[in-house]
Amino acid sequence: MSFPWAKAYEPKAPLMRFLDERLPLPRFVYNAVGAGYPVPRNLSYFWNFGILAGFCLVLQIVTGVVLAMHYSANALVAFNSVEHIMRDVNWGWMLRYAHANGASFFFVVVYIHIFRGLFYSSYKAPREMIWLLGVVIFLLMMATAFMGYVLPWGQMSFWGAKVITGLFGAIPLVGEPLQIWLLGGYAPDNAALNRFYSLHFLLPFVIAGVVILHIWALHIPGSSNPTGVEVKSESDTVPFHPYYTAKDGFGLGVFLIIYTLFVFFLPNALGHPDNYIPANPLSTPAHIVPEWYFWPFYAILRAFTSDFLLPAKLWGVLAMFSAILCWFFLPWLDRSPVRSGHYRPLFRKFFLFGLIPCMAVLFWCGGAPAEEPYVMLSQIATAYYFLHFLVILPIVSLVERPEPLPYSITDAVLGTPADDGTVKGHMIQGENARPAV
Amino acid sequence: MTRLIGILVGLVFTFVVLLAFVFGAWTFATEEVSPTAEHEFHLAPRHASYQFDGALGTWDYQQLQRGYQVYKEVCSACHSLKLVGLRNLAELGYTEAEVKAEAASWVVPGIDPVTGEASTRPGTPTDYFPSPYPNDVAAAAANNNAVPPDLSLITKARHHGTEYVRSLLTGYRNPDTFSVDGKRLKEEFPDFETPAGLHFNPYFPNLNLAMAPPLTTPGQVTYADGTDPTIEQMATDVSAFLTWTAEPTLVRRKQTGWPVLGFLLFATVLAWYAKKQVWAPVKPKKRKGAVTATATPGDHEA
Repeated sequence: MSFPWAKAYEPKAPLMRFLDERLPLPRFVYNAVGAGYPVPRNLSYFWNFGILAGFCLVLQIVTGVVLAMHYSANALVAFNSVEHIMRDVNWGWMLRYAHANGASFFFVVVYIHIFRGLFYSSYKAPREMIWLLGVVIFLLMMATAFMGYVLPWGQMSFWGAKVITGLFGAIPLVGEPLQIWLLGGYAPDNAALNRFYSLHFLLPFVIAGVVILHIWALHIPGSSNPTGVEVKSESDTVPFHPYYTAKDGFGLGVFLIIYTLFVFFLPNALGHPDNYIPANPLSTPAHIVPEWYFWPFYAILRAFTSDFLLPAKLWGVLAMFSAILCWFFLPWLDRSPVRSGHYRPLFRKFFLFGLIPCMAVLFWCGGAPAEEPYVMLSQIATAYYFLHFLVILPIVSLVERPEPLPYSITDAVLGTPADDGTVKGHMIQGENARPAV
Repeated sequence: MTRLIGILVGLVFTFVVLLAFVFGAWTFATEEVSPTAEHEFHLAPRHASYQFDGALGTWDYQQLQRGYQVYKEVCSACHSLKLVGLRNLAELGYTEAEVKAEAASWVVPGIDPVTGEASTRPGTPTDYFPSPYPNDVAAAAANNNAVPPDLSLITKARHHGTEYVRSLLTGYRNPDTFSVDGKRLKEEFPDFETPAGLHFNPYFPNLNLAMAPPLTTPGQVTYADGTDPTIEQMATDVSAFLTWTAEPTLVRRKQTGWPVLGFLLFATVLAWYAKKQVWAPVKPKKRKGAVTATATPGDHEA
């Protein structure tokens, strides 16, 4: 679908006409990310992160495929084959640092993308499918990143694999057989390494597939925007190309500069030194920590320390999975008709002064050793996390009185609706606005 | 319905985690956690500067060669360097002939060409650094049951690895007189003991280290370039050498980073102006009091 004023693809060159009649791929691209896709004219730089995430996926696949040509997925030689890449393969050090830091930057970008969606309620109708597919992509990314971190077969690889697969052991009855089935043994070894490698190669392509669905679903209602008011007329939109290709080009440049600083000047800053020690099942590291992008969920896992009806470990596992799974229900938990946090005073306060500090604490505590005061802090933050998504959001959407919305995106950009009496009328016409009582 | 279930689930998780918090806080408030010697007297590595530090760092080849000499004459008695090839010595500034001579000074495992039995032979540049022990069991047996770690990656496998190695090598102290900020270890922890066969070193996480002080006397190594071989100097040199073994491409990496960064900066500035130009027709022009759009977006042709 597209807006009626979307430009139609009209190939002029004979070759393009020839192609268009037989395999209209250029038409497809033109309508997806070309001049044929009208986009709200008021997108902020927070809307760059979708394209950046797509770029990161391509970057990871390209560097990953080349690394796979030199890596050896065998527990005896995996660690040394990574060092072979670092030392002997032409530009191998750059490929590996680009891939390892690429994973971190992929998560930075995706976290910003997700929290942009949360602030602007991008999950609300008619964009529920985009959001649901996005959560699926995030889960697949986590699985892929976890298995990728196991491949160098360092100490953190091994013990991280042991701890994370051990979580499945907390499930009653089937837990232990399930864990053994997942690992292909009682502890991570060659069988686990081989299947993780196979899946680590496969899953990015599954992600790419879900990304296509994600973008397909996006093109049905079109992109959301910072006002949360739907597109009403042609003056609300600009064609994706050249407007957003130009803006994304600049955003990509800024992203690459920061990424490059890490790859070339701080390549190990986001990793753990213990992963430069070969895996040793007989020597447990002092503090087993996953990669930084798992820290919030790791903090939630470790926050449950009391056996209330169920074992603490099972509570932790349930909570950790629920922390992400609850995102699937957001479109039906948050029923406020107003999308953008800019027009929701109460929601905005909870988001900026509740959820954001809560995530910061969870990030910090997840990477810290399981000692006080980190455990107590992560417990408070965990409580807020669940309260925010499952209790506060539904209640706020009931009791909050949103601020007046602009009539249209054009009005918001040009500032035409004056703060006179006409505002109320605009609000009633605005499809998302509820009449002020 | 979704909201009702959601609120219930949310309240259950909140209740359980707050219950855990109450128990944790109660334990924290009532039970005194006795401080440990490892916590109170463990020292962070001392700061040191090297020529390879910073974004413009380069190797000090003289220093790397001195560090190699310290490794060869001291460390290699117990520690392997498995990931480094003897050919890699060429990267330290040795000539081809010198690399061959250095390689030949190492004894590597080989096979008797006539009988096929295991034997030894002088190394060649195609060999890797030989290990001092045939296997980990032999290494443990010879070292009071502690296997000396391979040093190839040691500076990347520890926090602030280069400074850690240097601090550790120069950090052996007498536990009876050791004090930090005026607090004496033996007064705070009278029960603290360094078991027989271990050595007190506050830079090691649990304070007692199996490795005996390797650098004991100034002049333990005679440097070819005439540098005064103090213990500090030897420790600095070998930590620099081990930084090179951990990442031989370190300097090349930084030197590659600059042109990449320069190109990206240039491209990003261009992209910024391109973006400004593309958007100029549809950006509202703000004048005093009034705001007018100069064109509708559809009019614009790139």
